[in-house]
Amino acid sequence: MSDEKQVGIVLVSHSAEVAASVADLAKGLAGGGTSVPVAPAGGTEGGGLGTSSELIAAAAASVDRGAGVAVLTDLGSAVLTLKALLAEGDELPDNTRLVDAPFVEGAVAAVVTASTGADLAAVEAAAAEAYSYRKV
Amino acid sequence: MLDADFFRRWMTATAASVDREAERLTALDSPIGDADHGSNLQRGFRAVTATLEKEAPQTPGAVLTLAGRQLISTVGGASGPLYGTLLRRTGKALGDAPEVSEEQFAEALRAGVDAVMTLGGAAPGDKTMIDALVPAVDALRDGGFAAAGTAAEQGALATTPLQARKGRASYLGERSIGHQDPGATSSSLLVAALAEADGE
Repeated sequence: MSDEKQVGIVLVSHSAEVAASVADLAKGLAGGGTSVPVAPAGGTEGGGLGTSSELIAAAAASVDRGAGVAVLTDLGSAVLTLKALLAEGDELPDNTRLVDAPFVEGAVAAVVTASTGADLAAVEAAAAEAYSYRKV
Repeated sequence: MLDADFFRRWMTATAASVDREAERLTALDSPIGDADHGSNLQRGFRAVTATLEKEAPQTPGAVLTLAGRQLISTVGGASGPLYGTLLRRTGKALGDAPEVSEEQFAEALRAGVDAVMTLGGAAPGDKTMIDALVPAVDALRDGGFAAAGTAAEQGALATTPLQARKGRASYLGERSIGHQDPGATSSSLLVAALAEADGE
């Protein structure tokens, strides 16, 4: 554990349940009691399947400790909404990045890496590296 | 010259057209998508007209930028960031001039369409909204609003025999052939609304 500011992690899925479960899974696998700020942003504000820019912006603000925010997304509108928000310039905390990574494996790698006090670039690299983990 | 009122009318006419066609858009989205295109866009453009009325932006650029931002935050599907980016980039390209020429608008709309291609990674022929928008921008430059509307509609119709290469429909592979693309169809409504806004 480090006293340094930790990178925040936002998990964006079309489904509120998927986002929340993956957040729990990643925190659980990072070791109980990890202090890494992780926030799910799943589904639409009405509770349906989809993407909400408001939920994403609120989640990013809630995990921003000044060390940057890594955002992992599932697919389609989750990716496009995040990119559109990043292009907007003022909707997300400074130093927010869309991390190109598989959603579940990347989230685990990102949270574990962030729990060591690693910086945003290291968290991003660890999450992206999850693509190279072959299962067969 | 085109002023802020023209662009407000464009958005209002688009919202009315999307309202009229929402069921058809959703029906087109059923076999190759997730059957929410009509209702998503309806919610988005209703929010656009409401916010334009409330905030009353004074320049063409401000109208489109605000409309784009509203679409990104209210649609909830991929069409939100795509249409939002289209309008916002077009608006930003228009700057803060109180009036713009049709030529300036055509150029700005091309910048908006380019931004959509960059965001979504789609090219002409991928069976997306780009297949209606690119011919519309070409026709707008050469023939004005009515020609752009016709070109967009023909572009949308021409998506039917194509196989989808972007978005959810692309997972269907060859089964996406034979269906008109919902995004190209709604794009043709947006472009057709230009002539309506011009006629009032």
